[in-house]
Amino acid sequence: MVQSLDRLKESPSQTAGPYVHIGCTPNVCGIEGVFPRDLGAMMLQPETRGERIRIIGRVFDGVGIALKDALVEVWQADADGLYPSPQETRGKADPHFTGFGRSAGDMTSGEFTFDTIKPGAVPFKNSRPQAPHITLWIVARGINIGLHTRLYFGDEETANAADPILSRIEHRSRVPTLIAPRAMEDGRPTYRHDIVLQGEKETIFFDI
Amino acid sequence: MSAGSFYQRDRRWHPPALSPAYKTSVTRSPQRALVALDNTLSEMTGPVFGQETLGPLDDDMIRNFAKDGDPIGPRIIVHGRVLDEDARPVPGALIEVWQANAGGRYRHKKETYLAPLDPNFGGCGRTLSAEDGSYRFRTIMPGPYPWPNGPNDWRPAHIHFSIFGHGFAQRLITQMYFEGDPLIWKCPIVSTIPDRAAIERLIAPLDLANTVPMDARAYKFDIVLRGRRSTLFENRMEGN
Ligand SMILES: [Fe+2]
Repeated sequence: MVQSLDRLKESPSQTAGPYVHIGCTPNVCGIEGVFPRDLGAMMLQPETRGERIRIIGRVFDGVGIALKDALVEVWQADADGLYPSPQETRGKADPHFTGFGRSAGDMTSGEFTFDTIKPGAVPFKNSRPQAPHITLWIVARGINIGLHTRLYFGDEETANAADPILSRIEHRSRVPTLIAPRAMEDGRPTYRHDIVLQGEKETIFFDI
Repeated sequence: MSAGSFYQRDRRWHPPALSPAYKTSVTRSPQRALVALDNTLSEMTGPVFGQETLGPLDDDMIRNFAKDGDPIGPRIIVHGRVLDEDARPVPGALIEVWQANAGGRYRHKKETYLAPLDPNFGGCGRTLSAEDGSYRFRTIMPGPYPWPNGPNDWRPAHIHFSIFGHGFAQRLITQMYFEGDPLIWKCPIVSTIPDRAAIERLIAPLDLANTVPMDARAYKFDIVLRGRRSTLFENRMEGN
């Protein structure tokens, strides 16, 4: 026998189930008057610095059907690449930006939408830059443990090519699953970003 | 404040993505290996929620939706601590909970179970952990309910939990079960967790000592989030 590390085990994950919206976005599913607004519903204020962008996408299962019961969360840096978090030691992030968004998706189409700003670059280890990106976390009925992935921006070709995480991915043909193309829609720069849970075009998910 | 990267998640302790007895997982489970990503600032940081996020009744599901009286069902208090893997308290953790009413019925458009809605029960609540990691909320005991999986599958009584720690890498959703419920060991969702010891970590014991006499029974549910390395050594290795 050796000494014990005296470490606890993490609480095991369980699926968010079909009714995750009751707890996380109650106003969207018709439970009104309990919370004044849903958490992460609004990422922007008029004073928020940075380029306004919209992110739109759907989550597809292995049969190609869009999920209508998913919950997608995003976490991102501000326009200068600073996180609004106490763990951020490089400077003070934009006080008018929370960096956190949450979308229940449209009840009939399953489409999720985030109106946000384009984040600045965030450093990797040894102060090397990472290409601008947004972290996504996806839960739903049938997903036993939340899935972490990232969104990179299609118009950041040079930064993406130099990104330490993207460039390390062995299966090059899968890299585009992390990169959202940019287009103008309704007069606003819009990035379309679908997430595929399973199959040929399966999105890259990270063990972080 | 220690702010290093998080210990690697033990994927053998958590349920695998594919667990065929839980049928919906069959087409919603990634089949490729996850790509390992050393924590960067993007994973080590996370959103912060303060007391201003919360309303006075957010942690009281007996009152936060009530229209003309209390909801039907056994009154309970759920309390415990949010800790990390090094048994350190995690203060300021946002805990969101949702559940069925005493008859096992959710307040949701897509819910089709024939048990009735309770006009005084919404089924959602939230709270923040205190400096010592402790949290509590008040609710009614949820009922078990049938669900379309096998021809006759029933969920044990449970409360869904969503927890934010200090880093986005700690993000966790799980479910709390109640001591003594025979349905726990027959449930295909519970059984997605391979290790019995891990399942037991989700079963809250009755806590008579914290029961409010003549009012509400207490159940104790501790939550453990991923722990993190101290930055001291990490910075040196990175040469910052
Ligand atoms: Fe449930």
